[in-house]
Amino acid sequence: MTVLTALLRPGRARTLAAFALAAALLLLAPAVLSPFRLDLLAKFLCLAMVAVGIGLAWGRGGLLTLGQGVYFGLGAYLMAMHLKLADAGPGGVPDFMLLYGTGQVPGWWEPLRSPVSAILLVLLVPAALAALLGWAVFTRRVRGAYFAILSQALAAAFAILLIGQQQTTGGTNGLNGFRAFFGYDLADPVNKQMLYLIAAGVLLVMVAVVRWLTVSRFGELLVAVRDQEDRVRFLGYDPALVKVVAYVVAAVMAAVGGALFVPIAGIISPADVGVVPSIGFLIGVAIGGRATLLGPVLGSIAVSWAQTSISEQFPSGWIYFQGALFILVIAFLPGGLASVAGKLRRRRAAAPPGEAAPGDAAPDAGPGPELVPERSPA
Amino acid sequence: MSDTPATAQPPETEIDLAAAEALLGTDTSRFRHDYLEVRGLRVEFDGFVAVRDVDLTVTQGDLRFLIGPNGAGKTTLIDAVTGLVRATGSVAFGRTELLGRSTHRIARAGVGRTFQTASVFEELTVLQNLDIAAGARRRPLTLLRRRRGTPEAVEHALETVGLTALRDVPAGVLAHGQKQWLEIGMLLVQDAHLLLLDEPVAGMTHAEREETGQLLRRIGSQRVVVVVEHDMEFLRSFADSVTVMHQGRVLAEGTVNEVQNDPAVVEVYLGAPAGPATTEGDLP
Repeated sequence: MTVLTALLRPGRARTLAAFALAAALLLLAPAVLSPFRLDLLAKFLCLAMVAVGIGLAWGRGGLLTLGQGVYFGLGAYLMAMHLKLADAGPGGVPDFMLLYGTGQVPGWWEPLRSPVSAILLVLLVPAALAALLGWAVFTRRVRGAYFAILSQALAAAFAILLIGQQQTTGGTNGLNGFRAFFGYDLADPVNKQMLYLIAAGVLLVMVAVVRWLTVSRFGELLVAVRDQEDRVRFLGYDPALVKVVAYVVAAVMAAVGGALFVPIAGIISPADVGVVPSIGFLIGVAIGGRATLLGPVLGSIAVSWAQTSISEQFPSGWIYFQGALFILVIAFLPGGLASVAGKLRRRRAAAPPGEAAPGDAAPDAGPGPELVPERSPA
Repeated sequence: MSDTPATAQPPETEIDLAAAEALLGTDTSRFRHDYLEVRGLRVEFDGFVAVRDVDLTVTQGDLRFLIGPNGAGKTTLIDAVTGLVRATGSVAFGRTELLGRSTHRIARAGVGRTFQTASVFEELTVLQNLDIAAGARRRPLTLLRRRRGTPEAVEHALETVGLTALRDVPAGVLAHGQKQWLEIGMLLVQDAHLLLLDEPVAGMTHAEREETGQLLRRIGSQRVVVVVEHDMEFLRSFADSVTVMHQGRVLAEGTVNEVQNDPAVVEVYLGAPAGPATTEGDLP
C-alpha cells in the first residue's frame, strides 16, 4: 500500500513480538514462582495497570496526573465494599461496622451488594468523576504544573476523607480480611493463581487498548494537543475534549487496577491511595519511559519489585533510593529506560525516516512539555 | 532528531499550482459572498489599548496585505478575529458574527490562521499534520480508527506545497520554508475560507517567496486572504491592496501605489515630516 504502512510494518512486528513475549512470560510465571512471589507479582501487575493509563494520559497527552491514587482508590474501595458485604454474616452487616459503627449499613453501600452492579460501579464511578473533573479543569485551560498540583490535592483530600469516615470506610485501617472473591475462597492457592491470571490478562488487554488508541487518529490528535494545544484549537478541534477522553481512560484503568488489587493484596487503606502512592505510580512510568507502550508497565513492575526487595534488606532505605532513581532518570534519561535502546540504535546508524511513526518507541521527549512554560503563539 | 537524512539533503520542493487547482476547485462563484467585515474593533490589555476603532473590509479575490511598524496591532487584530484575545466591536465573516465565539468554533466557521513562528506538530509526520488539519469535521467515533490511505484533499495539499516526497518525515526536521508551506497546506485542507497569514514568507529564500506569492495569489482568487508582512518587495509584487496600521489604528488603505505615496504613511515609516515619497525603497 502506501509508503507509510510499509514503514510502519517493522514497528508493528516489533510490537507484536514484544506483546507475545510479555504474554508468554506472564503465563510462565506461575510455574516458576513460589505462591508468595506470585502473589507479589499479581499485586505489581495491578499497580502496573495504573501505569498503563498514566502512560497514555501523561506520555502521549502531556497530562501530569499526580493524583491517580484517587481513581485507584475508588475502584479498590468499591470492590472492597462489595467483598465486605458479600462476606457479611446473617445480618448482612460487615464486621467492622458492628465493631466501630452503628451496626447499620449506610444506604450508599447498598448498591454494591449485587456483584453485577458492583462491577459496573467500579467502572462507572471513576469514569464519571474523571469526566466531570476533567471537563471542568480542561475547559478552563488549567494545565501543566497547575493541573498536577490540583490532581495531587485531590488525592490528599480523598485520603483524608477516607480516614475521617471510620464507621463507613474503616478509617485508617481501611477495609481488609476478605474471605471470598465472587464466591471463590481467597485462602485457596488455586484461586490465588486464578486471580493472578486474571490480572495478567486484564493488563495485556489494557496495553492493547492503549496501543490501539495510540495508533488511531485520536492518538495522533492527542500528541498534537500535547505539543501545540492552541494550534489544534485553530484547526477547529476542542482540545479539552481530547484531554478528557485520555484522562477518563487513564482513570478507568487505575480503577480496574484498584479493584483487582483488593482481593490480591487482601487490604485497601488510605495509605494506598494518598499522595505518596500517587507519586509512586508516576515514578514507575517515568523510569520505564512514559511515551512508550511497554515502558510504563516494565518501569512500574521494576520499581515495585525493587521496592520489595530493597525494603527486605534495608527497611527504611527504599524511599531514598526511589528519590535518587527518579532524579537520575529525569536528569539524564528523560525518555526513561525505554529510550536507551533507541539512543543506541540512533548512534549506530542514521535513523530511517519512519523513526517517529506512531506507536513506535517514541523519540526521547525532552523534560516534558507540561513542565515547560506555555509558548505563546502570538 | 537532528540527524535524519531529510535535513542532510533536502529534496527539491516546489509549489504546485495545478494541485492547488484541484484542492480549491474551479468554481469561484461558490464563495462569492464571503467577505471579512470588521467594524469598530477595540482590544484592550489591562488599560493599554492595542487596537482601537478598526474598520476593515476584505472581499474574496482581493489579496490584502496588512503592514505597519512593530506594535501597530497587526497580530493583535488577527488574534481578535480568531478569538485568541477578547475584543469589542464586530467581526463578521459572511453572515457569521465571530466575536464572542470560542476559538475552535471560529475555526469551524471557516477561519484559518498561521503564526509568525511556524507552528506545526513537530513530532508528527507531514502527513499526520495535514490529516489532523483535515479532520476537524470528522465524527468523533471515526477518530478511534486508524488512518488508512491518504484522504484526497491531503494528497492534493501535499502536491500543492511540494511535500509529497517528505510526507513521512517528522515535521520538526523540515526546513523553515517547508514548515511554512506545510502550514499553508494545513489551511487548505482545513477548508478555511478566510485565511489570516502572519508573516508567511519570513526567512524564505527569494525563490521560495516568489512561489509562495504565486500560491497566495491563486488562493486569494477564491478565498478571503489577509497577509501580515514586512517584506516590501514581496508586497509590491503580490498585494492587490494594502492596509497600513499604526498605534492600533488604520492609518491608510488603498493600492500599493496609493499607500506608498500617502504622506501620513511616509511619516510613520521614516519619522520625517510629511512629504512625497521619493524613491522606490522608502518603505522599510
